[in-house]
Amino acid sequence: MFSRSVASSLLRQAARPAARPAVRAPLAAFRMPVAPLTPFQMRLLSDATRGAIDKAVASAPVVLFMKGTPETPQCGFSRAVIQILGIQGVSPDKFAAFNVLEDPELREGIKEYSDWPTIPQLYLNKEFVGGCDILVSMHQNGDLAKLFEENKVLVEAEEGEKKEQQ
Amino acid sequence: MGSATPLEDAIRAKLTAALSPLTLEIYNDSHLHAHHKAMAGNISKETHFRLVIISDVFASKMQPARHRMVYALLRDEMALEGGIHALQLKTLTPEEEKRQQKKKAAEAAAKEESAKKQDTAAAEKTESKAEPADA
Repeated sequence: MFSRSVASSLLRQAARPAARPAVRAPLAAFRMPVAPLTPFQMRLLSDATRGAIDKAVASAPVVLFMKGTPETPQCGFSRAVIQILGIQGVSPDKFAAFNVLEDPELREGIKEYSDWPTIPQLYLNKEFVGGCDILVSMHQNGDLAKLFEENKVLVEAEEGEKKEQQ
Repeated sequence: MGSATPLEDAIRAKLTAALSPLTLEIYNDSHLHAHHKAMAGNISKETHFRLVIISDVFASKMQPARHRMVYALLRDEMALEGGIHALQLKTLTPEEEKRQQKKKAAEAAAKEESAKKQDTAAAEKTESKAEPADA
């Protein structure tokens, strides 16, 4: 319990540096000059966008596509997921967040990429886990804790205690 | 003059036809989100929905697959400009629903039990206090 609250504050602290570079780097690819899309093209995910999302999904073990940033979520559902990740004790250096509101191409692209029409979306080791409702119910029934533990993305309890003693 | 709730009607019609649900609850939470930024300039009263769907067709499917089924059925309504902006889903099989109800009942019973224990403990305390006065 103790290490968890430490972890959640760590997540909050570290979310900024961890999230920022991750948000910037792949976005360069999203900002490539593109001709205005025709309605037909809009339905297809371009190779460039798909490649950029591939990179984003692989940028950390736990990747969240959200509205706003971890410090200031712009949507209640994104906020709920950030809170859950904090309570679970997801390690900040294994976490990256992408703000879809900063990039319309990412915002639309991720929906098609995941075959999932809503934001937030959580990936764990490049696998789609779910949106807000799924994460809330997995958080409540214990499945999420198990999944995170098996994938070793949580702050180690000992590590948290050591930090606490310093 | 059409229906005042065209999206809700569409949700009910499409999900009923495709999933033959035992339970289909549709909650329109749009008013709770009417002032959030993304809703600026919106005039629709049907933007945020919360659905509880209990159906046998969800059996042996993981949650993401279940949600994708629902999303696919409502693809047009969600793609529509000014259509469904947010969709909360609870997708259960009848067995899962029963199990959840049981768990809830058990938890409620346990709570009541511990409350009773506290009551008796409190009662005993007052009784034991009262005894010397009687004696």
